[in-house]
Amino acid sequence: MLLNQFLFLSAVLFCCGIYGVLARKNGVLVLMSVELILNAVNLNLVAFGTYNHTVAGQVFALFVIAIAAAEVGVGLAIVLLIFRNRRSVDLTEADLMKG
Amino acid sequence: MSAENIAFWLITTAMVVAAIQVVTSLNIVRAALSLVIVLAGVAAQYVLLAAEFTAVVQVLVYIGAIIVLFLFGIMLTRARIGREADLDNDQRGAALVVALSMLVLLVLLLRDAFGGERIGAESPTTTAQIGDAIFSTYVIPFELASVLLLAALVGAIVIARKD
Repeated sequence: MLLNQFLFLSAVLFCCGIYGVLARKNGVLVLMSVELILNAVNLNLVAFGTYNHTVAGQVFALFVIAIAAAEVGVGLAIVLLIFRNRRSVDLTEADLMKG
Repeated sequence: MSAENIAFWLITTAMVVAAIQVVTSLNIVRAALSLVIVLAGVAAQYVLLAAEFTAVVQVLVYIGAIIVLFLFGIMLTRARIGREADLDNDQRGAALVVALSMLVLLVLLLRDAFGGERIGAESPTTTAQIGDAIFSTYVIPFELASVLLLAALVGAIVIARKD
């Protein structure tokens, strides 16, 4: 197998995630797109770890998975709070800081 | 074409279709379920890369826990279960341009940097080696990660609690 197969797949996932973060306005869907980006990063880490015959890639992927779990927990709590205060999770309406 | 490559391309096709579904679907529950396909595909790619422990953790944490959190989030924000017209904002064209130019840039860059490099899975790392590495070389990041998870747990409860 070529290393580039995995890197290209990860690039496609990353760009899908970027599109989702920029084009979605539902808060939960934006968090899902962030998960796509994190998974693309993890795939890269594991692919390079196998390529270099070291465990460092997998160890860092495990840390990213732990951080992603924390991120989703706090992120969904924030989305729930926005929903409770504004009766909607539309992120284009959360523009209190806009001048 | 070897069996590994056939498996890779089958899984990749399913993953790319599902990933596009996640970011374009008008049905929020379907987007969440497509995300399951992408995450399971990533786990399968880890197996192809001879990283079986990471694959098991991926299935446990992502498919077992994070997807359930997302479904709870969908339920608690009272999203409509069927199709919904206004899930996208009006920057869809600009987002498409940014994402596609990023993809072209990455593909050109990676082709120049790693074209023809092969992955040899002939000396796979074992779970015992990963455990040794986490609890010796990476023990301080590991402890920090546990403190961070605790902080996130407390923070999520404090933010989401009704007072």
